Amino acid sequence: MADPFLEFRTVSFHAGGRAILDRLDLRVAQGEVLVLLGRSGSGKTTALKLANALLMPSGGEVMVEGRSTRQWNAIELRRRTGYVIQETGLLPHLTVGENVGLVPRIRGAEANPERIRGLLDLVGLPAEFAGRYPRQLSGGQRQRAGVARALAADPRLLLFDEPFGALDPVTRFELQNEFRALQQRLRKTAIFVTHDLREALRLGDRIALLHNGRLEVNCAAAEFRHAATPEASAFLAAFRGDI
Amino acid sequence: MREGLASTVLRLSGEHLLLVLVAVTAGVLIAVPAGVFLTRRESWRAPLLLAANVVQTIPSLALFGFLIPVPFIGGIGKGTALVALILYALLPILRNTLAGILAVDAAVRESAVAMGMTDGQLLRIVELPLAARTILAGVRIAAVTTVGTATIAAAVGGGGLGDLIFRGIATVDTTLILAGALPAAGLALAIDGGLGWIEGRFSR
Repeated sequence: MADPFLEFRTVSFHAGGRAILDRLDLRVAQGEVLVLLGRSGSGKTTALKLANALLMPSGGEVMVEGRSTRQWNAIELRRRTGYVIQETGLLPHLTVGENVGLVPRIRGAEANPERIRGLLDLVGLPAEFAGRYPRQLSGGQRQRAGVARALAADPRLLLFDEPFGALDPVTRFELQNEFRALQQRLRKTAIFVTHDLREALRLGDRIALLHNGRLEVNCAAAEFRHAATPEASAFLAAFRGDI
Repeated sequence: MREGLASTVLRLSGEHLLLVLVAVTAGVLIAVPAGVFLTRRESWRAPLLLAANVVQTIPSLALFGFLIPVPFIGGIGKGTALVALILYALLPILRNTLAGILAVDAAVRESAVAMGMTDGQLLRIVELPLAARTILAGVRIAAVTTVGTATIAAAVGGGGLGDLIFRGIATVDTTLILAGALPAAGLALAIDGGLGWIEGRFSR
């Protein structure tokens, strides 16, 4: 494997005397979508937040483009990293267009209306949505706007924390399809956190299964159904029970 | 020198309004930054709020009295009155600034930080605009109560409409008391209405 874009080197994270992550070793290659799969409390969101220096590891190093997050200027690293969460975090007092233009703005650049329209188009939102406020959008539209905002800085790394978790199944399915189509065009390096194996199988190139802060499985998405650990079996059983 | 009651009322109303404006403006200039500071330093929160609370519990007449012997800021006159009024204006503004910023949705704050905002940008672009309404509500409370408290400022030579009220009480002259009290009430209502209107324009 060539130099990984992102690498967790024996990363531990402790909070309140408890190990949230326990010696995690994980590599994400350039252009790859890695899904962090796990139950609530498995440590997957914590792992995600370590990647853009929202959190710092208690032990080990998180390397982004060959440099430890301790050495990165945290502000600079975050501006180069797209971040999408379940509640989108769109600023309610700014229009969708202003939200999408926010990253250029905080860098001191002028938000280019042409580019904002292009980004909205990329995520399937009509141009007139630029003038609307987040509360005037449906949940799915808000998520699209959130993705457009994350793409605005043309980041090399995208982080997704259950972005489609609060959507109805049909909208979720549509957005998953668009995510795949978009990823085929853009080839961004991405980490996608979910507790949904179906979503993991559809979107991930690789799946890393976390259980109680430990990495249990790390394999190509297509091979996950052969994974034999107890936690993987539990996920597979729930998945089959679904059908 | 004698002046007609109407022009006295007018002059003292102007004085009163000036006292309130200066006190509330100074209160905003001190309490908003202090409130912002408290959102960043959790350990300072309890002691500072306690101090502001304690000030608020001192009866206003007593506070004016306490300040008279204090060097530099004390004595008889407008300075003392202003210091006391500013101290009273602090708490509602401080508390609302703190509450307004802390009420900003955690997801909104997190995504703002995650997109690479500096602390100053977070404050300017996210927290202050979203807290503006709550902060303004605090200013409104401070302004209205200051109109009332300022009438007592006359006891330490602060001037304003309290002059008429105290004179009325001393001479058992109801007309004089009302000539001070009614404009003060009107002033309070006008300020409340004006700030309420501005507050409404912030509603989303």
